[in-house]
Amino acid sequence: MAAEKMALAKAINESLRTALDADPKVLIMGEDVGKLGGVFRVTDGLQKDFGEDRVIDTPLAESGIVGTAIGLALRGYRPVVEIQFDGFVFPAYDQIVTQLAKMHARALGKIKLPVVIRIPYGGGIGAVEHHSESPEALFAHVAGLKVVSPSNASDAYWMMQQAIQSDDPVIFFEPKRRYWDKSEVTKDAIPSPLHKARVVREGADLTLAAYGPMVKVCLEAAAAAQEEGKSIEVLDLRSMSPIDFDSVQASVEKTRRLVVVHEAPVFLGTGAEIAARITERCFYHLEAPVLRVGGYHAPYPPARLEEEYLPGLDRVLDAVDRSLAY
Amino acid sequence: MTVESTAARKPRRSAGTKSAASAGAKRTGSAAKKSPGTTGAEPELVQLLTPEGKRVNDATYDPYVADITPEELRGLYRDMVLTRRFDAEATSLQRQGELGLWASLLGQEAAQIGSGRATREDDYVFPTYREHGVAWCRGVDPTNLLGMFRGVNNGGWDPNSNNFHLYTIVIGSQTLHATGYAMGVAKDGADSAVIAYFGDGASSQGDVAESFTFSAVYNAPVVFFCQNNQWAISEPTEKQTRVPLYQRAQGFGFPGVRVDGNDVLACLAVTKWALERARRGEGPTLVEAYTYRMGAHTTSDDPTKYRADEERESWEAKDPILRLRTYLEASNHADEGFFAELEAESEALGKRVREVVRAMPDPDHFAIFENVYADGHALVDEERAQFAAYQASFADAGEGK
Repeated sequence: MAAEKMALAKAINESLRTALDADPKVLIMGEDVGKLGGVFRVTDGLQKDFGEDRVIDTPLAESGIVGTAIGLALRGYRPVVEIQFDGFVFPAYDQIVTQLAKMHARALGKIKLPVVIRIPYGGGIGAVEHHSESPEALFAHVAGLKVVSPSNASDAYWMMQQAIQSDDPVIFFEPKRRYWDKSEVTKDAIPSPLHKARVVREGADLTLAAYGPMVKVCLEAAAAAQEEGKSIEVLDLRSMSPIDFDSVQASVEKTRRLVVVHEAPVFLGTGAEIAARITERCFYHLEAPVLRVGGYHAPYPPARLEEEYLPGLDRVLDAVDRSLAY
Repeated sequence: MTVESTAARKPRRSAGTKSAASAGAKRTGSAAKKSPGTTGAEPELVQLLTPEGKRVNDATYDPYVADITPEELRGLYRDMVLTRRFDAEATSLQRQGELGLWASLLGQEAAQIGSGRATREDDYVFPTYREHGVAWCRGVDPTNLLGMFRGVNNGGWDPNSNNFHLYTIVIGSQTLHATGYAMGVAKDGADSAVIAYFGDGASSQGDVAESFTFSAVYNAPVVFFCQNNQWAISEPTEKQTRVPLYQRAQGFGFPGVRVDGNDVLACLAVTKWALERARRGEGPTLVEAYTYRMGAHTTSDDPTKYRADEERESWEAKDPILRLRTYLEASNHADEGFFAELEAESEALGKRVREVVRAMPDPDHFAIFENVYADGHALVDEERAQFAAYQASFADAGEGK
């Protein structure tokens, strides 16, 4: 099968379609996922083709969506639920953290919870409050959950396939501002393992590690740095739980410098954990402390301020410069 | 017949009688209208056996227990006595330091045995943490329930072995799991039903309200069985609701009925009615079993701080076991030999529970890392290895001495 260029949202749509086709136990659930196809049209056309019994418009109650998905999983189904926006997930937080994440362990492994929770996340689209958040660390902190985020259409397609096949609950963060970015998808390729990071640009002087929407920003920063004679490696982490520390370590042992970039607040974020672990693993390789670029310890600001809050090209390059100055 | 063999037996067919299709739906509405609020006079409720042990007729629910045999009646009595005996033994084991905590069901035996015996083998039960009587009816070995209270696991049984889900401690959460499970049953085209247990305190939880919404919208085959035992730790039902709880169902578009939760026959009949509605595709039902928590919330609780002895005494007169015994004796359904035999069986059960709990080993240290994920996780593997190295360092030190 030839490679096909498609938008990230379309790649997820195709992946869901493939899964619905392949396994009658796969269900789609969420608010407005049916006729409307979701507010981002990620589930466009699926209800028409697979019926209301498999692509289910739910009441507007997030705890109810996840709680009933757990029950359906216990019955043998593989629900893929959509939370409409990042800031709307918290009514379901109890069901996710207290029930979904722990149930397999509580039953000493005798039951499985193959539930995928899709969450469009992150800012940069000029949205109103509660529509631009990056809560991935709040989920990665919870044992029993797996947390991933694709940065491009091909990963979006394959990582969704793998998330649905996983017997563990997966929180699938979709970079909403990249939904319309197109790239090539090959549907008969052999995908990388779900939780493996990938070097998306080779470099020698410093490693930029990012995931989801920030991979593109980091690639742009690396290209800009190249013009100044700096060779930057960019690592797409892809998974925030587990984190592929081996790949980060391998890159840092080569470049000796690391900057982690995410939209989520820096404080106690994914970058903090990576900084701590890489400091332990690579103490004698590092030429500079691990730096982090991300959101501030403040509520996500109004849209007119979000460009100041979100890590952009210049803030990433500023961190690159600070690291290289050590 | 030994305790072991009967406890492990699965219910083949619910106790009582064959089905009495489609009766009753109208009646619940009328009960709802006449009922008083949560305080004051005795509320109107479905009752088939008075506190004095007298059988009273109810045109709607009689058919569900019409041809119950004396043997089945004795079975219900036996279930309640053994459940109470098990519960008392667990309380004692907590006092002896063998369990960290125990949540007693004392006083709620009829609600649990009646509803539990109404279920079929292929039905699925989602309990709170107090459904020891329902577990008994499902054939769960009672000693399996004690692991989490002893602290050797956080649940530990296979829910699919007896279609009895793990105990759920965060109140109300399981009503959504039950609803989702029931949605799955309907998708599968099966005629099984699902029953979700919760209490008067949990009725205030958003998850319970959401489960009512979802089950009504999807017409899910689920019975919500609320044991209103009057107390949520120290808070009386008046702190949870301004209307009788069963009336909440009306606003969601399905029937609610209040049953005498200390009347095992009525609980059996009403639950069978509700389960059969679910099987016929008529959707959810709320059953409020009006009962009383005779003991403390848990062994850590002290009810003398918030409720009067007189209240408990007034409920002792409505004891679920006493009234069935009176009825069995008055109708010559059970003789002295039966009661004596049951007494001996109770003591044997207590002894077995004691022995099993005392012999229950602490889990292996590495159990911390077991079953965190079904497909594994690199961080868990890494931390397990670190833990192993740390443990091994003590072994080396010991050898050096």
